[in-house]
Amino acid sequence: MKTRVRYFALFREQAGCDTERVDWSGGTAAELFRLMASKHPLLRSQAAALVAINDEMSSWEASVNEDDEVLFFPPVAGG
Amino acid sequence: MKFSVSDRPIDVEAAKIAVTDCHCGAFVSFEGWIRDHNEGQAVERLEYEVYRPVAEKEGAKIIDEALARFAVSHAICIHREGLLELGEIAVIVCVSAAHRGAAFDACRYIIDQVKTRLPIWKKEHYVTGVSEWVNCEQCAAAGHAHGDHRHE
Repeated sequence: MKTRVRYFALFREQAGCDTERVDWSGGTAAELFRLMASKHPLLRSQAAALVAINDEMSSWEASVNEDDEVLFFPPVAGG
Repeated sequence: MKFSVSDRPIDVEAAKIAVTDCHCGAFVSFEGWIRDHNEGQAVERLEYEVYRPVAEKEGAKIIDEALARFAVSHAICIHREGLLELGEIAVIVCVSAAHRGAAFDACRYIIDQVKTRLPIWKKEHYVTGVSEWVNCEQCAAAGHAHGDHRHE
C-alpha cells in the first residue's frame, strides 16, 4: 500500500528529505519508521520521538491505512 | 485564540489584556526567554520550527484541559516560530482566576504540557558557528525530568 511520510527537524536532516512516498506491505507506525530507518542509514529512532497520522497525534502501535500521511516528530523542545 | 503561533515578537500587554476579567482576583503569567547558554555552550540565537496544523490543535486541547482541571477563568498561550535573538520571548502563558492557587497551577500545567506535547523544535546557534537541534535525549543526559512523554 502507498503511504506518504513526512520528517521534521532532526529527522528531516537525518533522512535527507522532508517528504516521500513509500509503497510497503502495511503495519504500524513504528514498523514504518523502522522500514524508513533501514532506507536512510542516518535516521535513528529516539525514545521520546512522537508520531502523528493525518495531522492527529497517534501512538507508535497504531495501524497505518492506505493513503495515510504519517508524520515523524523527533523529540520536541518547545518553550 | 487560546493557543497561537506567532512569527512576530509577542505583545505581552495584549496577552495580559486577553485574560483580563473583573471577576478575577489573580493573574499569573510565564514567559520563556532566549538565554545565552545551554549545556555549557554559549548560545548566539535560536531557531524554532513549528508544525502548525498539529501544534495549534494540541495547544488548544492543552488550554481546554487546564480550564477543565483548574478553577481558572481564562488562559492563553502564544509560542514563537522562526529565528529569535537573545532575550526575546519564546513563549508566554497568561492565566486569570478568582484565586491565585488555581492560576499558578494552571499556568504550570500549560507550560509543562506545551514543552512535551507540541511539535515544536529548537535549533541552537552557538557563538562557535556550530548549530544543533536541542532534543530530549540531550536533556536526559543532563539529568532533567521529562514528565509524561510517550515512548516508541
